Amino acid sequence: MLRFFTLNILFFIACSVSAGDDAIPAPLTGARGDPGRGRALVANRQVGLCLLCHSGPFPEERFQGNLAPDLRNAALLTEGQVRQRIVDPGKANPGSMMPAYFRTEGLTRVAPAFKGKTVLTAEQIEDIVAYLVTLK
Amino acid sequence: MGRETRAMQDDDATNPAVLWLLDGEALWSRKAGEAAKACADCHGDARSSMKGAAARYPGFYSAKEKIINLDQRVNLCRIERQQAPAFAYESRELLALSAYIGRQSRGMPIDIKADETTKPFLDAGRAAFNRRQGQLNLACSQCHDDNWGKSLAGNPIPQAHPTGYPIYRLEWQGLGSLQRRLRNCFIGVRAEPYAYGAPEFVNLEFYLMWRARGMKLETPAVRP
Ligand code: HEC
Ligand code: HEC
Repeated sequence: MLRFFTLNILFFIACSVSAGDDAIPAPLTGARGDPGRGRALVANRQVGLCLLCHSGPFPEERFQGNLAPDLRNAALLTEGQVRQRIVDPGKANPGSMMPAYFRTEGLTRVAPAFKGKTVLTAEQIEDIVAYLVTLK
Repeated sequence: MGRETRAMQDDDATNPAVLWLLDGEALWSRKAGEAAKACADCHGDARSSMKGAAARYPGFYSAKEKIINLDQRVNLCRIERQQAPAFAYESRELLALSAYIGRQSRGMPIDIKADETTKPFLDAGRAAFNRRQGQLNLACSQCHDDNWGKSLAGNPIPQAHPTGYPIYRLEWQGLGSLQRRLRNCFIGVRAEPYAYGAPEFVNLEFYLMWRARGMKLETPAVRP
């Protein structure tokens, strides 16, 4: 059941991308995420990893990255564009250094513990999208 | 590197790696293996015979038609000349000997030359450095060429010039090889590291040392 569901999602993403979109308008899970959980995921250095590269409105986090634009920049994007940039940033910008958080193909030498797994789950991505759109 | 760490490194009285240097010096003149020979029996005083040697490693080993690093060179002498078993990678003995040999080149410029023979190995190392890999799909070059000097969650990204290996890390509370450091970056991007001594790893080391050519060797360096 879960497997079928995942395949469905992947199929959906493949369609929206081949349509030439730079956005994924609908939630991956069919439902909006939770912004509070999303904020915690973004700040988590082992799970979201976002603050390795990005900065954002996290006064309690002393160490933030400066390899990437401040996350408040997400305000310039639509919700669907934000989702696409987390699912697979290379689709919007082929040279992007940002990891694709919801992709398992086309990767090289993935460590056995992570093989076949996406960096985040669909639910986690929706939580993060829900948080980022509150930064507008 | 902070001023305090640099001062600790440059003074043999405070450099914590000095314990390994003393071990290395003792091993240099200790007879070993079936041949009952010490390194010193063939090479004499390391302070003169090994001057500049570490600055030329990794290098081409014609008998095997491949590039070998200094640890592997030491083990070849163990096996072929001393007729003794090889030391394990990251063992205290191997790190001690490599640090002691490296110490004799301290302050000398890294002297790796690319020629027709070594070019394929250099190219393989460069390709590995530029290849995106792991679940996070990051290439070494994306951090160490494109973003060095910037902050990765508060950690300054260095240029990845391996001028001080084997190195003493306060974080490790001990000495470690360049390959141990490379494993950390592989694990960081969630890629499968190569086995110690694998040709892919040695070619990557060779490329990194070539990239740092002309810079002064500071073995054994100290880092937080
Ligand atoms: C390894 C570095 C890295 C990590 C980790 C990373 N990003 Fe990014 N991100 C970038 C870079 C670089 C850009 C700039 C645009 C580009 O290159 O695609 C970017 C762009 C973005 C954008 C688009 C901003 C704009 O102005 O177009 C969003 C939104 C974003 N990231 C969110 C996230 C979130 C959320 C996470 C964690 C779940 C994350 N990023 C993790 C490097 C990273
Ligand atoms: C996401 C960023 C990132 C990527 C990708 C990355 N590194 Fe690093 N690397 C770092 C940071 C940050 C440090 C310094 C941290 C420390 O040593 O405490 C470092 C340290 C190093 C060092 C030690 C430098 C010194 O002064 O001793 C070497 C060598 C190195 N990396 C090589 C590599 C190689 C080879 C790869 C690819 C397999 C790679 N790195 C991938 C961020 C990265």
